[in-house]
Amino acid sequence: MHVLQPKWRTALTRARQERASGGTGKAVTLAIVGLLFWAAVFGVLFRVLRYFRDVREIGALLAGKLLSLTLLSFVSVLLLSNVITALSSFFLAKDLDLLVSSPVDQARIYLAKLGETLLHSSWMVALMAVPIFTAYAVVYHGGLLFPLVAAGSFLPFLVLPAVLGSAATLILVNVFPARRTRDLLSIIALAAAAGVILLFRIIRPEQLARPEGFRNLLDFITVLRAPASPLLPSDWVTKAVMGYLGGKMDWLPLYLLWSTAGAALVLGAWLHGRLYHTGFTRAQEGAERFVRGGVWGRALGNLLKPLGAARREFILKDLKLFFRDTTQWSQLILLGALLLVYVFNIRALPLFRGEQVPFYLVSVVSFLNLGLAGFVLASIAARFIFPAVSLEGRQMWLLRSSPLELRALLWSKYWVGTIPLLVLALAITILTNVILKATPFMMAVGVGTIILLTLAISALALAFGALYPQFETENAAQIPTSFGGLVFMMATVALLAVVIVIESAPVYRYLHAAVNQEPLTISPLMVGAFLLVIAVCVTATVVPLRIALRRIEQFEF
Amino acid sequence: MIRLEDLTKDYGSFRAVDHVTLHVPRGALYGFLGPNGAGKTTTLRMIAGILRPTTGRVLIGGDDVIAQPLAAKARLGFIPDRPFVYEKLTGAEFLRFVAGLYGQDGQLVERRVDELMEIFELSAWKNELVESYSHGMRQKLIISSALIHRPEVIVVDEPMVGLDPRAARLLKDLFRGFVSRGGTVLMSTHTLEIAEALCDRIAIIQGGKIVAAGTMAELRTQTASGDIGLEDLFLRLTGGAAAKELAAVLEDGR
Repeated sequence: MHVLQPKWRTALTRARQERASGGTGKAVTLAIVGLLFWAAVFGVLFRVLRYFRDVREIGALLAGKLLSLTLLSFVSVLLLSNVITALSSFFLAKDLDLLVSSPVDQARIYLAKLGETLLHSSWMVALMAVPIFTAYAVVYHGGLLFPLVAAGSFLPFLVLPAVLGSAATLILVNVFPARRTRDLLSIIALAAAAGVILLFRIIRPEQLARPEGFRNLLDFITVLRAPASPLLPSDWVTKAVMGYLGGKMDWLPLYLLWSTAGAALVLGAWLHGRLYHTGFTRAQEGAERFVRGGVWGRALGNLLKPLGAARREFILKDLKLFFRDTTQWSQLILLGALLLVYVFNIRALPLFRGEQVPFYLVSVVSFLNLGLAGFVLASIAARFIFPAVSLEGRQMWLLRSSPLELRALLWSKYWVGTIPLLVLALAITILTNVILKATPFMMAVGVGTIILLTLAISALALAFGALYPQFETENAAQIPTSFGGLVFMMATVALLAVVIVIESAPVYRYLHAAVNQEPLTISPLMVGAFLLVIAVCVTATVVPLRIALRRIEQFEF
Repeated sequence: MIRLEDLTKDYGSFRAVDHVTLHVPRGALYGFLGPNGAGKTTTLRMIAGILRPTTGRVLIGGDDVIAQPLAAKARLGFIPDRPFVYEKLTGAEFLRFVAGLYGQDGQLVERRVDELMEIFELSAWKNELVESYSHGMRQKLIISSALIHRPEVIVVDEPMVGLDPRAARLLKDLFRGFVSRGGTVLMSTHTLEIAEALCDRIAIIQGGKIVAAGTMAELRTQTASGDIGLEDLFLRLTGGAAAKELAAVLEDGR
């Protein structure tokens, strides 16, 4: 605990300062959003589990399978998260020089850093588990002792990925120098993408959704009974929890969890003792010397000549930094995987199987798809545009002491983020509408709206990034998970809701006319609604950009 | 060339700079001295336009840094005490980028980049990422970046930190040469020997206030100190008691 004292004392002081500087609003917002999220997870799971409970014979099996699958997805998230967190806490953290040079036992450093890694990488999963276990407890009448059983099985479940993740990082750092994280994170990102695909294969969710696809009930039950793997801790937690809830407490899974966690800790400490010193030494060397992007830089430099020296150099600098920073560009790999899943899901919609689906259903899906596409774009903007201002923090001395107009800085940041986002937005909207065989009207509405939304989403991301800057964060990937990132996502969801509600009126008119085979007349209501959407999106673009500019002007370093 | 008029900076209830008025004439190498936390860096950052004064104003070549920032900053080269630069740019790219901020590009800039990297012995590292530079190399790169657009004024905060003796000597020669060609340098430093040997005029700040300013001879007259060196003068003006107490504590610890 003593080793971690500076960390938690810093956290406490920061919380106290937040409170003193009127941060109560922030805490209340976070609490409300958190509670709403908990309530939503609990509500959905409660309904599902109640339905399962009433299914005779296989109800408990279904509930157990659901828990097992949820925990399995937790394992993969935790493993990945621990690998990434361990890299910074064990090898790149600022307190390491002091710790390593102090007469502190290796095992103590290991345990302290493991605890730090576990806390940073697992808190979200732990919070997520609360409404899940609560729903199981309520539906299956867990009783007063259930929290003990749940916590008793979940704690070692969290320890295992932390030990494995940090051990994996330890080995990787011994192979690749930590500061050359390009190789390391490429591996991690690819492993994550592969993990997602693998998980999909293991789960085979489509089979569970269609029991009629099985030859007989026996096959279906066999699949339900079969554990994802009897060696996975997620299965042990499921057995312990479901056994207790079913009235037949099985102690073996608990023994397995605790003994494996204990053994993993001992092995992890041993491995740390063997490899940490060489890994830490390697982490100090190996800054990257290979420079990429020379040819592209020159070509783009010529293309951007008309913008003038300041803006051109600024844009080129931003692009170079992005593609040379592994923590930033590696996110593109995951993004690609997610987009594939997105388009795949649209393709997999049961709209064109068998009988003719009414065209209005396709149109409604195409219209609502706008909201989903907008949300995907918001998540991408949170990853890539929201951190833009924060990333300039340490170099702001240079920008502020130079005669660069802050308007030009903002302009460059805005378009560097918006143009790729716009290309992506158009690609997914057109592609999904083509897959859905949407009508030209719906295609036009979709394309027009997504252009306006993208311009607004980029501006909101930049503005909230300037309002809630994270100048001290060294890892760009951590910036979107801040409070400002949450507020940005909330604001964007609100914008999407407003736009969809306004546009639903003319879209309804169009569908009504088409279904009744009447000619479509352009009414003042339709024109007014589209004009209102334009006004809302333009306002959501211009006002945030102005606020961002004013905020950047006020920054002091 | 640099004029500070009644300059004040508050951080909440703490006053870091307290009604400072100072004139740095064109062609002068002006030393800005003071103990830790006296307000040196805050003053220099206000001159560079990084911090906004609470009251008062800064004029560079007659242009107000807040009211006419572009004109004022175009004359200025600022060298901060901590060399934060873009880690993922090469040294040459960084210099090109800075030149771009001042609206300069093309062959002239390329020649200037080569020239400066040659002077500071960074040519071999020209196309290496800054993340592989040592602290001293980064400091040299930042000094080069402050010179890339041929400024009229250089404002520099602790220039010698991290520099090897060769580079420190080079920088001293460079500043003297710059001043002899009509340039102006305002330099904060803790190395009093350098200030004494290099500066035409010196200002000493303590508790956010200028406690003395002028040539060495004027400072001696102001403090009625006779023929003493800058170090004794500095300790007399800023209170040397702390140093004596520290020595006593160290003695006790034995």
